[in-house]
Amino acid sequence: MPIEVRNITHIYSKGMPEESVALSDVSFHVDDGCFLGIIGHTGSGKSTLLQHLNGLLKPDDGQIIVDGVDITAPKTKMVDIRKKVGLVFQYPEYQLFEEDVKTDVAFGPKNLGLSEEEIDLRVRESIELVGLNYDEIKDVSPFDLSGGQKRRVAIAGVIAMRPKVLILDEPTAGLDPKAHRELLDTIVEIHETISSIVVLVSHDMNDVARLTDKVLVMENGRLAMESRPEEIFAEGDALEEMGLGLPDVTGLMYELKKCGIEVGEGIFSPEAAAEEIAKALR
Amino acid sequence: MIRDITLGQYYQGESVIHKLDPRTKIIATICYIVALFVVDSFIGFGIATAALIIVIAMSRVPVSFILRGLKPIFLILLFTFVLNLFVYDGHVLFRIGFLKITDEGVYKATFMAARLILLIIGSSMLTLTTKPISLTDGIESLLSPFRRFGLPAHELAMMMTIALRFIPTLIDETDKIMKAQQARGADFESGNIFNRAKSLLPILIPLFISAFRIAQDMAMAMEARCYRGGEGRTRMHKMEYEKRDYIAAVIVVLFFAIIIFERIYI
Ligand SMILES: Nc1ncnc2c1ncn2[C@@H]1O[C@H](COP(=O)(O)OP(=O)(O)O)[C@@H](O)[C@H]1O
Ligand SMILES: [Mg+2]
Repeated sequence: MPIEVRNITHIYSKGMPEESVALSDVSFHVDDGCFLGIIGHTGSGKSTLLQHLNGLLKPDDGQIIVDGVDITAPKTKMVDIRKKVGLVFQYPEYQLFEEDVKTDVAFGPKNLGLSEEEIDLRVRESIELVGLNYDEIKDVSPFDLSGGQKRRVAIAGVIAMRPKVLILDEPTAGLDPKAHRELLDTIVEIHETISSIVVLVSHDMNDVARLTDKVLVMENGRLAMESRPEEIFAEGDALEEMGLGLPDVTGLMYELKKCGIEVGEGIFSPEAAAEEIAKALR
Repeated sequence: MIRDITLGQYYQGESVIHKLDPRTKIIATICYIVALFVVDSFIGFGIATAALIIVIAMSRVPVSFILRGLKPIFLILLFTFVLNLFVYDGHVLFRIGFLKITDEGVYKATFMAARLILLIIGSSMLTLTTKPISLTDGIESLLSPFRRFGLPAHELAMMMTIALRFIPTLIDETDKIMKAQQARGADFESGNIFNRAKSLLPILIPLFISAFRIAQDMAMAMEARCYRGGEGRTRMHKMEYEKRDYIAAVIVVLFFAIIIFERIYI
């Protein structure tokens, strides 16, 4: 289910004194099977971009084509798009509202008009997929869960719609290191089983470097770079200028090079780094 | 959508109206509202409308901005109008089943609608030209004489400040929650009135929870900075009446006199 974004521009509060251009002339495309990362400092337009991909926001200019359907056309049915493209907002736990976990997760599938059996099946499957025990948690109030668990339940609520494209806006923000790691493992698992495209917005360059196949760098509403992570993180200075950092390992290699040790660029796995350093020391 | 609500918003400006002391503006607005209920003829409404137009022109707030604020209450306006249309007895103009429209009904309904529109625009001129903080400072100052009768003037003003301060935050929050539920396939735009009311639950519950969370954080932050109520607090901006406030006061008195004169003699 490829996504094609063509020259989209979005202006908030158009015609008001506080008008602001949040996206300008952004184009890119994502192929099936791709794990896409989006980085950029706060206010660069990442969240605005994501909301366009499932039709929550309409561009002021440009088109978005998902699976051959132009979702910016006036008559597109939104339910069809939401079925295909799932969006997990930042701090998704604040959207929980039902009295128990299973009803909350069922909210999405119910809105799709599925049968009872199908809904039950999907609820069970998605709760298990996000790493929770269905039988233990199904009747618990979502408000009694821990932060990490709440977030998992919220993500399950989106997964239960079985979107072919899953978009996550800073899903690990505010989680402790363990919950952070587990959530990323979950996302990888979702990528392997349900969603053939995953779009991840993150400020953690280590995660972006490790997980993604392709990275978009946003700056002031524009697409500043679009490339494979190896190539993006070889541009340390440019990233620095945009207020972004490097993965820890890449930063280390960068500094080593400055100290005169001959190591290659665009390295971000500890294994690859060890190999490079060993080679240079030999 | 929800962000289009401009009711109660402040419009940054440098006009004379903006510069007036908030207390002057509050009293003037109260006088204006009372005047609207004194008025009972089209001439009177003409005078009140003219006064409002002059104030709007002086404040240099764009009319489009003011009208945008009216949009969300348009339905209430229409509802009041239609309701008034049917309830009065009088000379029957025409009938639809058991409902009848009378000349008295049309007259009263038009009156009511005019009164409501002027009331809303008039009071929104106060909030459009006064910063929320000055507004509550003004209210506190006007209420302070009643403190000796046990009225917690400072606390009331503080509550109002906080409420005003959080309107934009809560609107943002509502917008976020609505989008999050829409992403889960929720549909707020179609269906009959009962379905729509039911579809509000996924918004309202998280919204209330957020509001309580925000309130708690706010209370903690105030505690942490040793806030302890109004007794002995000094303020950064001292309010003082100036020449323009006295001129405004004279104009308000004149306006009120004209309205009363019109009511009694014309
Ligand atoms: N609902 C909104 N109304 C008005 N302006 C907004 C709104 N949401 C975001 N913006 C503005 O658009 C720009 C991009 O914001 P956003 O997409 O949230 O960036 P990011 O997710 O990269 O931090 C910012 O300047 C922000 O202030
Ligand atoms: Mg964001």
